[in-house]
Amino acid sequence: MTFDNAFGDLIAFFGGAGTFLLALGVIVFAGFLLRSVGQMLDHKGETFNEMPLIIASILAILLLAAVSLFWSAFFGGRATLRTIILVVAGIALAGWLFRYLGQMFTNNAPMFRDMPYGVAFGYALAAAAVIGGVWLYFQENALFFRWAVQGFILFGIGAFLFRLLGRHVGTTGSKKLFRAMPLTASFGIYIILIYAVLAVFAGVIAPHGQEEIFTKVNVLPGGDPALGGDPDFPLGTDQIGRDLLSRLIYGAQNTVGIAFATTCLAFFLGGSLGFLAATLGGWLDQFLSRAVDVLMAIPALIFALLLMTIASAWAGSQSWLLTIYMIVIIAVIDSTRVFRLARAVGVNIVVMDYIEAAKLRGEGLSYLIFREILPNATAPLLAEFGLRFCFVFLTIASLSFLGVGIQPPLADWGTMVRDLAQFINFAAFSPLTAALPLLAAGAIALLTVAVNFVVDWMLHKSSGLKE
Amino acid sequence: MNIPNAPLVEIKDLWIEGRADETWMPIINGASTSLNKGEVLGLIGESGAGKSTLGLAAMGFTRDGVRISKGEVTFDGIDLINASADTKRHLLGKRIAYVAQSAAASFNPAHRLIDQHVEGPVQHGVSTRVDSVKDGIELYRRLRLPNPDEIGFRYPHQVSGGQLQRAMTAMAMSCRPDLIIFDEPTTALDVTTQIEVLASIRDIVEQFDTAAIYITHDLAVVAQMADKIKVLLKGDEVEEADTRTMLSSPKEEYTKSLWAVRSFQRPAKPSVPAGSVPVIRVKNVTAAYGKIPVLHDISFDIHAGRTVAVVGESGSGKSTAARCITGLLPPIDGAVEFDGEPLPRDYRQRDKMQLRQAQMIYQMADTALNPRKSIGEIIGRPVEFYMGLKGAQRRERVRELLNEIELEPDQFIDRLPSELSGGQKQRVGIARALAAEPKFIICDEVTSALDQLVAEGILKLLARLQDTLGLSYMFITHDLATVRAISDEVVVMKDGKVVEQGEKAEMFRPPHHPYTDLLLSSVPEMDPDWLTNLLAERGVENIGDAAVGKM
Amino acid sequence: MDSVLRIIIQRLGLGALTLLVVSIVIFIAVNLLPGDFAQAILGQGATPEAIESIRRDLGLDQPYLSRYFNWLAGTLQGDLGTSFAQANFASFTGSQELTTVAAQIAPRFENTMFLAGVTAAIAVPVSLTLGILAALYRNSVFDRATNIFTLSSISSPEFFLAYILILFLAVLNPLLPSLSNIFEGMSLSERFIKTLLPALTLTLVVTAHMMRMTRAAIINLLASPYIEMARLKGLSPMRVIVVHALPNALAPIINVIALNLAYLITGVVVVEVVFVYPGIGQLFVDSVKIRDIPVVQACCLIFAGAYILLNLLADILSILSNPRLRHPK
Repeated sequence: MTFDNAFGDLIAFFGGAGTFLLALGVIVFAGFLLRSVGQMLDHKGETFNEMPLIIASILAILLLAAVSLFWSAFFGGRATLRTIILVVAGIALAGWLFRYLGQMFTNNAPMFRDMPYGVAFGYALAAAAVIGGVWLYFQENALFFRWAVQGFILFGIGAFLFRLLGRHVGTTGSKKLFRAMPLTASFGIYIILIYAVLAVFAGVIAPHGQEEIFTKVNVLPGGDPALGGDPDFPLGTDQIGRDLLSRLIYGAQNTVGIAFATTCLAFFLGGSLGFLAATLGGWLDQFLSRAVDVLMAIPALIFALLLMTIASAWAGSQSWLLTIYMIVIIAVIDSTRVFRLARAVGVNIVVMDYIEAAKLRGEGLSYLIFREILPNATAPLLAEFGLRFCFVFLTIASLSFLGVGIQPPLADWGTMVRDLAQFINFAAFSPLTAALPLLAAGAIALLTVAVNFVVDWMLHKSSGLKE
Repeated sequence: MNIPNAPLVEIKDLWIEGRADETWMPIINGASTSLNKGEVLGLIGESGAGKSTLGLAAMGFTRDGVRISKGEVTFDGIDLINASADTKRHLLGKRIAYVAQSAAASFNPAHRLIDQHVEGPVQHGVSTRVDSVKDGIELYRRLRLPNPDEIGFRYPHQVSGGQLQRAMTAMAMSCRPDLIIFDEPTTALDVTTQIEVLASIRDIVEQFDTAAIYITHDLAVVAQMADKIKVLLKGDEVEEADTRTMLSSPKEEYTKSLWAVRSFQRPAKPSVPAGSVPVIRVKNVTAAYGKIPVLHDISFDIHAGRTVAVVGESGSGKSTAARCITGLLPPIDGAVEFDGEPLPRDYRQRDKMQLRQAQMIYQMADTALNPRKSIGEIIGRPVEFYMGLKGAQRRERVRELLNEIELEPDQFIDRLPSELSGGQKQRVGIARALAAEPKFIICDEVTSALDQLVAEGILKLLARLQDTLGLSYMFITHDLATVRAISDEVVVMKDGKVVEQGEKAEMFRPPHHPYTDLLLSSVPEMDPDWLTNLLAERGVENIGDAAVGKM
Repeated sequence: MDSVLRIIIQRLGLGALTLLVVSIVIFIAVNLLPGDFAQAILGQGATPEAIESIRRDLGLDQPYLSRYFNWLAGTLQGDLGTSFAQANFASFTGSQELTTVAAQIAPRFENTMFLAGVTAAIAVPVSLTLGILAALYRNSVFDRATNIFTLSSISSPEFFLAYILILFLAVLNPLLPSLSNIFEGMSLSERFIKTLLPALTLTLVVTAHMMRMTRAAIINLLASPYIEMARLKGLSPMRVIVVHALPNALAPIINVIALNLAYLITGVVVVEVVFVYPGIGQLFVDSVKIRDIPVVQACCLIFAGAYILLNLLADILSILSNPRLRHPK
C-alpha cells in the first residue's frame, strides 16, 4: 500500500465519520425540536414531558422517513408506492370511521368508547385482508391459492365434525374433554388419527408396493390419459417407474414410524438418566449435566450431519444399516434435550414434601422414581414427547432432504421432496405436477402442525389449571 | 357533584364474577357498604372470601378474568362502573391509592424507589418532580424509615421487606389521596416487623385524615386499624358494625365462631419427673448448609406425652433443627438421642424402626401429599411398609386411621388430594404420620397455611391424639397464639441459637430475655386499644426492627 | 460492579472451556471413522505408496493426542488444513497449488453472514412488534390467528416454506429469483435481491419462534404485581409498557433474539441447499456427502463456535440488564 493510498483512505474514513456525525447531530436536533413542539402543544403533557431525547430522535427519524416516502410517492412518481400509501391511508380512515360510527350507534358503549385507535385500525386492516382474500379467491389464475383455501376449509369442517362426534360418542370423561377442546386441538387429533391409520395399514391402502417398478416412467399426475396421465397411477410415476401415490402412503409408515421409534429411544435414554440425576443428585448429576451441556453446544442438525458422515463410512453399501445408525444418532442427540426436561421436572418434584416423607420412611430408589416421581411427571413428559417427536421428525426429513437420511428403496417424504423439487418450475402449465413436491413436504408439515396444536392445547390446559 | 356529608365511597349491591373453567363463577354476591371521609373500614374474611376483589372494585378496577356483573360503585359522586377508562385512570393514584400485599414484588425492580414515588404526582400533574422528591423524603421521615434522605435512592432489592412496605405506603400518600386500599400489607412480614409497619400506617392515615379500606385475615390487626369492620364469608356479607361493637357483641354465628377461636387452651400438665429419659434429646447440635452455619450448639429435650413449641421468626433455624432430628441434614457436631440411644446422624443410616419412631407433618399439605395417589394409598403405604399389613387388613387399618382423624372412610378413601379442602388434607397428613405408630411427631407450622377455624380443629385433633396415644410433639411455629393453645414447653430461637426455654407458664410470665419479651409483646391482641397502649408503654423506638437492632 | 465483572469473566471462561471440549468431541467423532483417512480419500484402487504419502502429509502416522493438538494449534492460527477433495484433485493433476479449507470457507462464511444479517434485520423488528402486540391483546382474535400461524410456521420443515415461497414469488409471479447465484463483485442491491427469497424463508421460521417467545415473556411480565401497581397508579397504558414493562423485558427479549440467531445457524443449512446459495451450509452438506473430513470438521467447529458465542452473548447481556446484579446490596 502506498502512502498516497493510505492517506486517501484516512480522508475517506474521516470524511465518512464526519458525515455520519453531522447526520446524527441533525437527527438529535430534530428530535429535540419535535419534543419541544410536542411539549408546547400538549402542555398537560403525559406523553412528551419526560420523554428521553433518544426516543424523540427515533421518532424524528421515523417522521423524516415517512415524509421522504410521501415525497417520492406523490412527487417522485413512484406509482406502486403511491398505491400502497393510499391503501394504508384508506384503511386508517376506515378504522377511524369504524370507531366513530360504533360510538355513535351504540351510544358510547364501553367497547367503542375505550377502544384505542390502534385496535380500530387493526379491525379495519383485518377487514381489508378478508376482502382481499375473497377477491383473490375468485381470480382466474389463483389456482394454488384456491386449493389452499379449499384445503383449509375442508380440514376445518373435518375437525369440526370430528369434535362433534367426540362430544356425543364415548365415555363421559372423553365427552367432557371434547366439549372443552378448541378447534385447533381437535384438528390435531383428527389428523394424527388419519396418519396413524395410514401408517399402520399402508400395505392395505396403497394400490402398489413401495418398491414396485413399472414400465411407465414419468407418468403425469391427474390420471387423465389425454394429459399424459394414467388412471392406474393417480399421482403419476417417478423417473424409474414407481407409483407416487403408493410411495406417499408408504412414506407415512417409514417416515413416521422411524421418527416414532427414534423418539421412544431418545425418551428412554434421556428420561431414565434425567430422573436418575434428579433423584440421586451429587457427582452423577454434575457429570451428566455438564456432558449434556457440551453436547447441546453443538447445533443438533450440524452434529447429526457430522455423525452421519462417519456412520455412512461405517455402513458402507448397506443402506438399512445406515438407517439404524441414523435412528441411534438422532436419538442420542435428542436425548440430551429430554434429559434436560426430565431432570428439571424431576428436580421440581424431588423438593416436594411428599418425596421427603417417602425418603424419611426409608423407601428405596426404584419406589421413589416409579411410584412417587414418574406419576407426577407424565403430563409435562407427554407434552414434551409431542414436541420431541416433531423435532425428530423434522430432523429426519431434513436429513433425507439433504440426501443423508432414510435411504432408498424405502419410500420417504424428505427424499421425495428432493427428487421431485424441480417440478415446481412447471407450475404455470402443469399445476398438478408442480403440486407433487409440495404434497410430500405438506404431508410432513401437516403432521407436525397437528402434533404441535395438540401439545399447545395440553400445555395451555395444564398451565390453566394452576391459575 | 359534591354533596356535603355524602359518603366518599358507596358500594350498593355489588355482584362480581370470575372466569374459571370457561364459565363465570360468583366471587362477590351483593355487597354493600359506604365509607365517609377519613374513615377506616376493615374487610375481614378467610382466604377465598373475596376481600381483595371487593377492595379493588372500590377503585373501579377488576383483575383480568374478573367482571362486575351488577351493582353500583360511586366515589365522590362519580359512577365508577360506567366511567370511561380515562376518567378512572385520572382518579387512580391521584385520589384513590393502593398498597399491595407484597411490596417486594410490587415495586418495579428496574427503578429506584424515589423515581417510582414521584411518578404519580408528576404524571397526574399534582406537583413537579423536585417538590415531589422533597415530599417523598418528608414522608419517609414521618413513616420512620431509617436514613430517609438516602433510602429513596436505592433499588427495591436493596431495601428490606418491612421498609419496602412503608415506602409503598409513602408512595400511596404521594398525591395525598382521599382513599387508600391496604391489601394485606403486613401478611408477609414477621411479627416484630409487622407491628412497626402497623404503627406507621395508622399514624400517617390519621395525620392526613385519609379514608382507607384495610383488608386482612387477622382479626387482631384489624381491631387496631379500623373504625368499622365488615366480615365476608365466601363472597357473602356476614355483618358490618363499628369495631368495638363488633368485638364485644357480634351478632352472627360465623363471626362469633371467629372470635371464639382464640380461647382454646389446654390444661397444664404436671411437670416432668426428674431423671426421666426424654423421648428426643437434642444435645449441643451444630449444623450448616454447605459452609453457611445455621445452628449453633442448640440443646433441648422432648419428654413423653408432651408438646414442645419451637418459636422464632423466619430464618431463626427452627425448621433446620427439625431437619437435624430427622437426619435430613446431618449435624456437624452434637447428637440426637432417642429414648437415650443416639440416632445415626444421616437418615440413610437409620434402620426402619428408628425411622418409624419419628414422623413429620408438614406446613403445606398441598406439597406433602402426592397428588397422583388416593388417600387410601397415601395412608396405606406406611401401614404396609412398617407393619407389613396387606390387602383387607391394610384397608381395615386405613379405615381405622381415617376414623381417628374424623374423616368418613367410605367417602374419602378413594379420593385424590385435589378433591379435599386444606384442613382435610392436613388431617390426611396427620393420619399418614399416625400410620407408622410413632412415639414422636414433628409438626412444622402445621396450622399457619390454614384459616383460623380450620386450624383450631387441627389443634384440637392433635391434642386429643396426644392424650389417647401418648405422643410427643415438637411443634414448630411463629404464631404465639398457637403456642399458648397447645404447648407444654417453649423453646425460643433466634439466629440459630436457643435464646430461652422453659415451661409455658413461666415463659408467658415476665421477666424474659429481651428478645422473648419483644416477640411476646409484638403479637397483636383483640383489644382495639392494644396498639395505642403498647406504643404509649414502649415508645415508637422500642418496637420492631429498631428494637431488634438495639439488642 | 465487581461482582458483575466476576460473573462475566466466569461466563467467558466457561464459554472458552465449552468450545475446547466441543473441539475434542468433534475430533473424537471424526476419528471414529473406520480404516483411515488416506484410504477414504484415494478409494480402494490406490497404491500403497500413494496412501503412505498422504498419510504422512496429513500427519496420520502420529498418535491421536499429538494430532489433536496439531489440529487445535492450526485451527487457532487460522490453518484449517486442506480439503480431501482438493488434495485428491491436486494429486490427480499433479499441481502443487492447494486451496486451503480456510480459503474455501472465507467467502462462503461472508455470504452466510450476509444472509443471516438480512434475515435478522427483517425478522427482529417484525417479530418483536408482533410479539408485543399479541401479548397486549392476548386471547383476542388477533392473538389466536397469530398463534395458529406461528405454530404452523414453526412446525413446517424449512424446505416446505421455501418451496411455497418459490412457487408464489418466483414461479407463478416472477418477482424474485429462485436461485441465489451470488458471485464476487456484484452490486449490493443485486445481491440483496438474490438473497431475499432465502432470507424470507428463514424469516418465516425465525419470526414465528421469536414472536412466540416474546409474547410469552411479555405476558409473564404483565402478570407481575409491579405492572398491576403501575396500572393502579393511573399511569397511561403507553407509560406502563415503556417505563415499567420494557426495562424488565430487556433480558428475556435479548435472550429470545440471541437464541433465534443461534437457531438461524441450523436453519441456514437446509435453506442454502434449496436455493443453491453459496454459503457455508451448502459447503458443509456437499462435504458431508463426499466425506471431506477436514471441511466437515472445520464447518462443524465454526457452527458450534457461533452457536456458543451467541448463547454466551445472550447470557452476558441479560446479566448486564439485571438491576439486582448491576446495583448489588
